[in-house]
Amino acid sequence: MGSTEEKKKGRQRGTYWKLFSATFLLSACTFGGGFVIVPLMRKKFVEQLGWIEEQEMLDLIAIARSSPGSLAVNAAILAGYRVAGWLGSVVTVLGTVLPSLLILSAVSFFYTLLRDNPIVDRAMTGMQAGVAAVICDVVLTMGIGVVKENRVLPVLLMGVSFVAVQFFDGNVFAVLAICALVGVIDGAVRKKKGGREE
Amino acid sequence: MIYWQLFSIFFTIGLFTIGGGYAAMPLIERQVVEQHAWLTMPQFADVVAIVGMTPGPIAVNSATFVGIRVGGIVGGIVSALGCVLPSFVIVLILAHLYYRFRNLSVVQGILSGLRPAIIAMLASAGLSLLVLAFWKDGSVLASLENVHLPSILIFIASFLILRKWKCSPIVVMIGAGVAGMIFC
Repeated sequence: MGSTEEKKKGRQRGTYWKLFSATFLLSACTFGGGFVIVPLMRKKFVEQLGWIEEQEMLDLIAIARSSPGSLAVNAAILAGYRVAGWLGSVVTVLGTVLPSLLILSAVSFFYTLLRDNPIVDRAMTGMQAGVAAVICDVVLTMGIGVVKENRVLPVLLMGVSFVAVQFFDGNVFAVLAICALVGVIDGAVRKKKGGREE
Repeated sequence: MIYWQLFSIFFTIGLFTIGGGYAAMPLIERQVVEQHAWLTMPQFADVVAIVGMTPGPIAVNSATFVGIRVGGIVGGIVSALGCVLPSFVIVLILAHLYYRFRNLSVVQGILSGLRPAIIAMLASAGLSLLVLAFWKDGSVLASLENVHLPSILIFIASFLILRKWKCSPIVVMIGAGVAGMIFC
């Protein structure tokens, strides 16, 4: 009995450590803020660790985007909860915040050097292009996933949402609310149809 | 007590900034520069510049950096925790609800509508970043002459590497930074 319990504890500790190191690395490498965390988390938690499913990842991002605070922090809280409950969330939040604390503590001593440095400026310029590529890559992968569902409505929602947000400065929450409503109606209609056919 | 003040200010800011990132900046500026006069306006401009250059969530970085400048390392820790705490409580509750009710058909409907919208928002963020990287002033209307050629080449190379070899995005971003140092 004792040994199996110890093993379980050991495995849990291993999970916490993996969660911590994953979020620590992600946070330390998130340049450009915001949505960059989506491709990074997807790679780590969906592809490499297999702890979260593809669709589930999108759900978690939707929840993270609709809640107050930083997208990266919120996504980390959700991933931690998914893998190891609320203690998992504590671990992932610490993993996300700690790099900021360490890096900025160091930077605060010589930040004028960093601010006026042309080499840093050039690195940032290159990195901006790299970050754009990373986001475009994940959009393409996920977008193809939606198209492959072979249904018109999700593709339509995707297109209309994009145009609304990008070209008409549409309010993000209004767009999310409308899409949620359309999804509910669509689900109800399909259920009714399915029921009749049976 | 300065630590308590920092904590409560960033707690409030964390609670009321939805969407994160630079949305919090005007709120922080009002508290830190105008109300408490902890930093001058040029000092705050430095904070914004540094936060944009360092990795990590922008909201957390600005809280931490302001905290360090105002109250040392402890100030930084207190500010970061204050900024994260509201999210922690709210998101944890939502996470619990999600895993409890996600199999309900209504919730399934909501989520199936939200997924395409989230991809659209990602695409929009990607496009804005792309425009910012290609045209330094961030406007597509800028003529083709103002286009920043090295950035375009770095973008294309990064994109091809990501698609073809499924390389880690972290490696690609760091590689793009190094390429920028050399070619930009």
